[in-house]
Amino acid sequence: MKRVLGTAAAIVALTIGLLPSFASATAAEPSVSDVRISGGPASAMDSKPVSIDARIYLPATVPAPAVVLAHGFGGSKESVDEQALSLRDAGFVVLAYSARGFGKTFGSISMNSPQFEVADARALIDYLAKRAEVTQDATNDPRVGFAGGSYGGAISLLVAGYDARVDAVSSDITWNDMQQTLFAQNATRLGATADVKRDTGVFKQMWASYFFSVGMATPPNLINPCGRFSLEWCRAYQEGVTTGQLSEQSQALMFASSPASIAERITAPTLIMAGQADSLFPLSEGSKTFEQIAAAHPATPLKLVWHAAGHDGGVNESERLQGFTMTWFKKYLLRENISTGPVFEATLASGTIVSNNNRNQLKFFTSDVFAGVAGTSTNKIKLTGKAQNIVAPAGGQPALMTVLPGLGGSIASLVARSFPNQSAYFESAPFSATTPLLGSSHITLRVTPTQSLPELVLFTSLRITNGEQTQRFPNGLVAPLRITNVVAGQPIDVSVQLPAVVAEISPGERLQLVVSTTDAAYRLPITPSMYTIELVDGQLSTPIMGVTKISNSSSPLTTIYTAIAVIGAVVLLLWLRRPRRRPAIYRADLAEVPLQVENLVKEFKGGHRAVDDISWSVPTGVVLGLLGPNGAGKTTTMRMAMGLIAPTSGAVFVYGHQVQPGSPALSRIGALVEGAGFLPHLTGRENLELFWKASGRTTEDPQLDAVLAMADLGTAVDRKVRTYSQGMRQRLGIAQAMLGMPDLLMLDEPTNGLDPPQIRAMRAMVQEYAATGRTVIVSSHLLSEVEQTCSHVIVMHRGRLVTSGRVDELLAGRSNVRLEDFFLEVVGDDLTIGRS
Amino acid sequence: MMNNYKANRTLPYRIELIRQIKRRRTAVAYGLMVALPLIVVAAVKLGPQSNSSSGSGSGDSNFGSGSLNLIGLATNGTWNFTLVMLLFGSGFLLTTVFALFSGDTVASEASWSTLRYLLATPVPRRRLLMIKLAVGITLSLTALVILVAASLAIGAIAFGTAPLTSPLGGSFASSEALARIAIITGYIGTTLLFASGVAFLMTVVTDVPLGAVGTAVMIVIVSQILDALEALGDLRQWLPSHYARAWTDVLSPTIDWTSMARGASFSIIAFTLLVGWAVLRFDKKDVLS
Repeated sequence: MKRVLGTAAAIVALTIGLLPSFASATAAEPSVSDVRISGGPASAMDSKPVSIDARIYLPATVPAPAVVLAHGFGGSKESVDEQALSLRDAGFVVLAYSARGFGKTFGSISMNSPQFEVADARALIDYLAKRAEVTQDATNDPRVGFAGGSYGGAISLLVAGYDARVDAVSSDITWNDMQQTLFAQNATRLGATADVKRDTGVFKQMWASYFFSVGMATPPNLINPCGRFSLEWCRAYQEGVTTGQLSEQSQALMFASSPASIAERITAPTLIMAGQADSLFPLSEGSKTFEQIAAAHPATPLKLVWHAAGHDGGVNESERLQGFTMTWFKKYLLRENISTGPVFEATLASGTIVSNNNRNQLKFFTSDVFAGVAGTSTNKIKLTGKAQNIVAPAGGQPALMTVLPGLGGSIASLVARSFPNQSAYFESAPFSATTPLLGSSHITLRVTPTQSLPELVLFTSLRITNGEQTQRFPNGLVAPLRITNVVAGQPIDVSVQLPAVVAEISPGERLQLVVSTTDAAYRLPITPSMYTIELVDGQLSTPIMGVTKISNSSSPLTTIYTAIAVIGAVVLLLWLRRPRRRPAIYRADLAEVPLQVENLVKEFKGGHRAVDDISWSVPTGVVLGLLGPNGAGKTTTMRMAMGLIAPTSGAVFVYGHQVQPGSPALSRIGALVEGAGFLPHLTGRENLELFWKASGRTTEDPQLDAVLAMADLGTAVDRKVRTYSQGMRQRLGIAQAMLGMPDLLMLDEPTNGLDPPQIRAMRAMVQEYAATGRTVIVSSHLLSEVEQTCSHVIVMHRGRLVTSGRVDELLAGRSNVRLEDFFLEVVGDDLTIGRS
Repeated sequence: MMNNYKANRTLPYRIELIRQIKRRRTAVAYGLMVALPLIVVAAVKLGPQSNSSSGSGSGDSNFGSGSLNLIGLATNGTWNFTLVMLLFGSGFLLTTVFALFSGDTVASEASWSTLRYLLATPVPRRRLLMIKLAVGITLSLTALVILVAASLAIGAIAFGTAPLTSPLGGSFASSEALARIAIITGYIGTTLLFASGVAFLMTVVTDVPLGAVGTAVMIVIVSQILDALEALGDLRQWLPSHYARAWTDVLSPTIDWTSMARGASFSIIAFTLLVGWAVLRFDKKDVLS
């Protein structure tokens, strides 16, 4: 199923010639209309013109130059719709059409033959010459560019060769010489007896049959072995598949459909793009077209792009490539004064695979000249390796799998493990510096067959290794060789052109030449045989391309320095704004006073004054009651005394030390404020132990057992706190406050949740605690509580201090007056107090 | 001073670690780290296309799109499996875990009412934050390491120890693969610091632990969504999650450090600023919880 999907994806990609998706999503406008245009003759026997199904896109402003968009093999005019819309939005008249045999254009596929498909394309120019919306350079000479990929890329080049009216061309991933791409031959035989006649190479069977199958789809009543192909192309294909050879007639047929046949006639500015991930039409194809045009007309503006995509997938650079096409037509059709960039650009994709959506991470090699796929000059790299015997298995199986049409290059990394004795290896010394490797390298091999054979097939590839650890096999590309009529024991020297790649060799890596007998993508000889492979001079010639490496991304050093600077700045800022920059005030006169509050004010956001200018102090060894109704400011005062809240003004002194967040003097206070707080996932005992260990007083004795005894939790002390009742938590909270027997104990509403016997026990405990010379502050809204527990009292109401003093002194001279009555007397009766 | 209080002995790192490590959410988070590879192995082994022995690597190759075909290689061997687990985990799961361990540090103390007792003990405020952050980051990184270790172990049992195969071509033998995975783990840990930083700032601002964690996760996800919007163009390179996948550069035969250096730097810058902001805020905060 996955393979089916992969194949389907392949068809889609071929259909649109790998030139998909401009970001523009403008909906079709009224100025898009379908038209029928009379093309070239239907066939050699039938001169009636085919009716071409086309669609014309008109821009807002006319007249404007025209762009004809040709689709890929298996596609139709619909497949280039998005690109058409984006070109139209840029101000071009766009004519998209379905080639004969595709979409709704009927007729046979003749693989861009001059008599048929090229005649159709020329008829489109005639049509554009008649349209008033198209800029005309002369009578019957519209200003027109052709663009397409794959099948559409070839017709763009061919029509530019056959029709001088074409003003600009953009051609992507297509062939230069169809015979070389389908019957690949990368060996030149050296020596006197060489047969110099052009011999057929190794049949690229998997790709060829795959394409043929795309052209096989017909309505059920028209099923035939040739599908929609013309008879002569069908014959050529069948001949290739059955014999692995091409007749001279078929060779001529293929040559006529090859841009190589007319490249020297092209004078229009031509943008040629070729893909590194393309085992069908490798980099060398587009490069040869460039070289042929440049050789014939050196003044013709040309640009060559070796991008990282192709028929095998690779890295998606479609946005960048469509930008090149757009710029090319703006410059040469709209005649805008813009730069089309360097003449030669190659993407270095092997450094990154995250780059799908991130052009910033790609790196490029650029040059203002293109030195040719093999370079005008070369570096010599010494390869070593002894003579090795390799075998060609009977039936050509099992075969090394490098690429699979439609499945992408990743297959190479998966299964490109050699089968035993099928490959010979030769390696360079480790490189000492980072070295770019661009284009096709050459090497001379000596092949000695052990038996006489009509043909001998080998596959060569260049890989980059890092000792035993890693191996890179750029896009799984191989260069096949076919040597005919070999004689047993007679050595043959061949010069081999290795696959064109774009790579970078890092220090420590080596180049590795691999010579194998099999590759599953090709038609292999079925006779088993054995050859000895050795190097003749061991000199690998790698092209010198004179390129500059550029990266879209600026150096990361700036970011790294920024990071260091930011860390430094933040640390500095934190240091400058560190707490207690000025030493806290120490009042020696208060050294023996557990707690003194002076003019303390706390105003919360919104203006609520929770504590409003209160002053009081607590003598040593007393139990002080902090009395007041809810909202009187008791808890806020205690929180300020604990350094949890910053006073708006005024100060709190603990044994003479002004309280600030984290004041060491706070360590002399044990507190329970607004309920206990424990880690629910730990037991009571664990909570107290960990709290003590976090207190910074670890050298003292926490008197853990004593305080736990007071908490009276029984066995519950070893249960998790989340199982505790409120009373248990409260008792454990009081125990925690008493850990280490602090000099000042502050208990806020300590009787909450306790039952009467426990309340009584707590009162006794508090009084005993004070009897040891320590001080206790108990806050409460219960008058009876304070009266029964405390010797001193502070009465607060609405944030203000109402009165303070000894309980007995306040009540002195008021016989039978209870604190409750006294309280009502001083506070007034505007509130209910003492409600429990 | 009457007692032996020493500010630099308050809330030692080890004690804070004990306080946090016994929490249920710690066990749940670590359990998920082990469960993820187990679930994926079970899905592969018991799923409809059960064909584990062949290591079918064709995957969802997307012709012409140049998609990163890591997932298709998952069953190749434990190294590839671990990579895929990192790919799966680093998107949402690890982000959440990092946000959790930093985001509920202070807020959960506040919600248990323990914060005020620690501060009144007193643990100096900055010391409290730094110890809590250190423990939060320790627990986060431990989760990441557990994911890697569990994936390596489970992957080795399920799929063997074939060399690490890069989708780019080429493979790495064990020692090299281990080094590469270590680099990737380190990088992912660094980029996730952004989530930790946001969560840590939020934990100081709010007293609701889930609020802090949720805010951090939401910000990271919004950042990921924005990063996917082509229309934003080059603006996206300033998004904190923009370089989250830059670790795939480690799969190249020669590692290109550019993107990772940038991604790690951005993450550390954001983390430092967020933590600095949190510290300044906490210095002055009135603790009312």
